[in-house]
Amino acid sequence: MARDTSGVVDSVGAGVGRALAWIGDVSCFGARALRDMFRRPFELDEIVRQVHEIGWRSVPLVAAAGLAVGIVLSMHTRDSLERFGAEAKIPAGLALALVRETGPLLTGLLVAGRVGAGIGAELGAMNATEQIDALEATAIDAFKYLAVTRIAACVIALPVLTIIVDFSGIFGGFLAEHAVSGIDFRLYFTRSFELMSFDDLLPATLKTAVFGLIIGTIASYLGFTTREGTEGVGRASTRSVVLASLSIILINVVLVKLIFVIFPSQ
Amino acid sequence: MSPTAPAVRVEHLSKTFGPKRVLDDVSFDVSRGTSFCLLGRSGTGKSVTLKHIIGLLRPDAGRVLIDGKEIGAMDRAALSDIRRGIGFVFQNAALFDSITVGQNVAFPLRRHTDWPEDRIAVRVRETLEQVGLEAEFETMPADLSGGMRKRAGLARALVLDPALLLVDEPSAALDPLTAMEINRLLLDLKQRAGTTLVVVTHDVPGARTIGDVLAVIDEGRLIASGTADELASSDHPLVRTFMADNAGGRR
Repeated sequence: MARDTSGVVDSVGAGVGRALAWIGDVSCFGARALRDMFRRPFELDEIVRQVHEIGWRSVPLVAAAGLAVGIVLSMHTRDSLERFGAEAKIPAGLALALVRETGPLLTGLLVAGRVGAGIGAELGAMNATEQIDALEATAIDAFKYLAVTRIAACVIALPVLTIIVDFSGIFGGFLAEHAVSGIDFRLYFTRSFELMSFDDLLPATLKTAVFGLIIGTIASYLGFTTREGTEGVGRASTRSVVLASLSIILINVVLVKLIFVIFPSQ
Repeated sequence: MSPTAPAVRVEHLSKTFGPKRVLDDVSFDVSRGTSFCLLGRSGTGKSVTLKHIIGLLRPDAGRVLIDGKEIGAMDRAALSDIRRGIGFVFQNAALFDSITVGQNVAFPLRRHTDWPEDRIAVRVRETLEQVGLEAEFETMPADLSGGMRKRAGLARALVLDPALLLVDEPSAALDPLTAMEINRLLLDLKQRAGTTLVVVTHDVPGARTIGDVLAVIDEGRLIASGTADELASSDHPLVRTFMADNAGGRR
């Protein structure tokens, strides 16, 4: 019995050790990427191309998701607030919920799904077919050209996509409210922002740059380190989504606490 | 560049992957303007040796010198400078699959020269013509046959006029006619442009065509080197067997 317990402890200990080593490796990868972002060559053309791939091509997805979530949140908010006769506060409540938490988190998770899988699979396939070695052999820093540009693009794109989600969510809320109460568009928007300050919008939006860093780093790391051919490409893609999504949810707790400390007015 | 140093010097190279010792104390020199063919069965460490020469792998022991300069002691900038003078043809071509053949060949020029686009286009077409792929400028790599992919990879490696060309299995998975065309192309490069060649292959007739010096590697150890005729009459039974079993007639 004692031996069984010690076996479980050993295997849990080994698992924790592997997880910590993995986190250490990914953190070093991300730190190196951050450092290299500010070193020549800046690979601006490739960053612009990646912002287009990662950011612009995600717009339909995040806008549609924001709209749907805005409609649903509006219905729930109305259900709660009309019990207290506070229907007039629906736009402001919905906008605050979207801008401060729902919008940033939703954007992070959606982009982790779409882009994390894409980066993991693309770099994994390039690794498996020696295209990364071919870049190096052509005297190009493959880490900088492939990983740093994608991570930078994620960091740039996430805050912009978050604003798109916020506004499409607010618009979704308007559509739901207009259908129920016939509220005017201008009045709804005025009420949406009557309780909002820059302290609500700015930190919550900028924290998604950290989500971008996490998505880009984890997906690029898994793509660069896959070693199992085609099967490894699939695994890198799946793990990119799972680990980036989980990391975003966990890091979000820390970031929200940090925002409350730095901006106590919230 | 040191005029007396060999183009490539490999000294006591050893490499282990996990429990497997892939290279064990491998040493050889390749003189400037000559061709060196590394022969051996699959999985004996030939491609690993080639990747050490261009610095894609770091040795556990030993060193590689290009023109007298040690690859392992260089920082990234110095390594990039050296790599600009080396062409590398991968076994499976390793073409960038999201861009066309023309863009693949233009890629090193766009990165390492300040040439205008029209000059790049002319150079790319010249190089594609050299490997017989002038009609495939706009073709995507996925639409090429195995032999065409290999030739496109060769064009990309040649576009900067490298002084040293490393070729991994030029005839692997190719029909004999295409393999012979590629071998002739490599021979022509050496004779016409004075390019130093290091070719990894298991194709003995091809190595006889291209190689000034042939070496046989087995289980990570270099067991013999010399001219094709010297190896054919080697005292080492494995070398003799390898040369005889894979001879397939001289070309």
